[in-house]
Amino acid sequence: MIWIAIRMLTGDGQKFYGLVFGIAFSTLLITQQLTIFVNLIERGASSVYNVPTADVWVMDEVSRTTDVNYPMASTALDRVRSVPGVEWAVPHLRAGASVRSGDGDLEGVSIVGVDDATLIGLPLRMVTGSADVLSQPDSVIIDDVGVARLFEDGRSPIEERLELNDQRAVIRAVADAIPSFTSQVTLYTKYSQALRYVPGTRNRLSFVLVGASPGVTAGELATRIEAATGLRARTRDQFARDGVDFIIQNTGIPLNFGITVALGFIVGVAIVGLTFSLFIRDNIKQFGALKAIGVTNAKIGRMVAAQAGLVGLIGYGLGVVGTVLFIWSFSANPTFKGFYIPWQIPLISLVAVALILALTGWLALRNVLRTEPASVFR
Amino acid sequence: MSGVLLDTSAIGGCNPAAAICTRGVTRDFKAGQQTITVLHGIDLDVRSGELTYLVGESGSGKTTLISIMCGILWPTLGEVKVFGTDIYSLGDTELVEFRLKNIGFIFQQYNLIPSIDAASNAAVPLIAQGVDRNEARERAVAMLERLNIGNQAAKLPNQLSGGQQQRVAIARALVHEPRLVVCDEPTAALDAASGRRVMDLLRDVAVAADRACIIVTHDNRIFDLADRILVLEDGRITHDGKHMPEGH
Repeated sequence: MIWIAIRMLTGDGQKFYGLVFGIAFSTLLITQQLTIFVNLIERGASSVYNVPTADVWVMDEVSRTTDVNYPMASTALDRVRSVPGVEWAVPHLRAGASVRSGDGDLEGVSIVGVDDATLIGLPLRMVTGSADVLSQPDSVIIDDVGVARLFEDGRSPIEERLELNDQRAVIRAVADAIPSFTSQVTLYTKYSQALRYVPGTRNRLSFVLVGASPGVTAGELATRIEAATGLRARTRDQFARDGVDFIIQNTGIPLNFGITVALGFIVGVAIVGLTFSLFIRDNIKQFGALKAIGVTNAKIGRMVAAQAGLVGLIGYGLGVVGTVLFIWSFSANPTFKGFYIPWQIPLISLVAVALILALTGWLALRNVLRTEPASVFR
Repeated sequence: MSGVLLDTSAIGGCNPAAAICTRGVTRDFKAGQQTITVLHGIDLDVRSGELTYLVGESGSGKTTLISIMCGILWPTLGEVKVFGTDIYSLGDTELVEFRLKNIGFIFQQYNLIPSIDAASNAAVPLIAQGVDRNEARERAVAMLERLNIGNQAAKLPNQLSGGQQQRVAIARALVHEPRLVVCDEPTAALDAASGRRVMDLLRDVAVAADRACIIVTHDNRIFDLADRILVLEDGRITHDGKHMPEGH
């Protein structure tokens, strides 16, 4: 009977494709929007991900994220270095600045000052050039998103001069970095150079990046640093999470994406529900005849479930493939750089599709089960 | 073939030889606050080997009676035995399985599944019984050949004429060799010649010594083909004979 059910469904091309489209569209909307949402809020942690060597980030107790920080006195570095279990500790500066390009364009940038000696704090990979260029005077390394923003005409940024807070800066390499939440241009330079670029108050040390000694976990070390220095210490994972939480708590993004995902679900229910109901209504005589002939309600339930399952499988597959194609086709765009589909998202979509089909299938089945076999004689 | 007609007014136990036996079958329908009695205590025996017509005006209760006799509509009162089984004492699933095994249906609108071919349509009762699909199809094709449309087996219903669709419906009703065949207005959608051909066909394939065949009709063009005609008026059987009473 399952075969008959499938043929009944596929034989009605309009409704079959309507159902598949409904599920595919719903899956695409839910999967694509959730993917963008997750990747976008993960940008709140991009600055942490860009420095994978640091086990612990130490900051003033009021600092919340890499961008929302309150500078510490430079003595904090020595206090941290004195904590048992600290393998190494380096200064890290993050501040905003304004840059004027050779074309006269003004752009707000983020200055990152990395340790002069070890260059810890730089992204691991370079697109062009190497980290060594920072040993040259006035050198800065720009991130690849910055290249797209500052050099839209496609010319090479290498050896381009910038006016950075009234100081000379020369771009000598391009870093392969995860863009920030705002996709702001980021310029990396040595800590001592950054202090020159970013005038300010007496205290300008944004963070101390710490590596743990062998045998000491990041969590243990963070606890020790907090106890010993009174500063705030977060493991890499904790601090990344802080960045994500900050965006969730301080923007309307979750609500807006949540509304779109909900709309995807509602549209799915509406299209699939309506089309399924029409399909059942058109075939109610046939279902009635089957009931009269002697097909049990349980078998008819399995028939409708098989129809829903087939539509769900094809529609869901198309929706997920559509999302993959979307992400793939935009992967060259800096806005979507590094976007990926976490495995949980297709699973969530699958649950949503199952819910849509269970709900609409049940509504459709109810009509069939309510149909009296005797109605075929009327 | 025609046997001795049973006295349908006889009250009491069922004749063990009767294919269908109803005793005191009454059926009420609710219409708002009103209760309408459609059947008034029908006592009836239907024998195997006969082409039995159930005739009556619209609203006389013939569809209700046929539905009750084949186990798809519960009577308000009374008893219905089909080949000795009190069908309304069966559980829901048992009753459905009884229908699947013992009753073949021919509907007025045929109710064929439009997206499967004639052979698959005819094979539906066998597939529902769990017979392997290929075997069911082979048996269905054999039945279609008996009905002279074996060469149409691979066609979809919308590629067949009305008469051919009717034959597919007949094949579906007979493919699982049921003991009772129920036809609802089998000639209503056909012209006179086609109607008679269908009835001749039904007599050939559906009427057998161990099989009862009941036809609901008000098509007076085929009354002469009946072995027995039961006339239903206002929920009561008013005539039981080989011919229609005068004045009808």
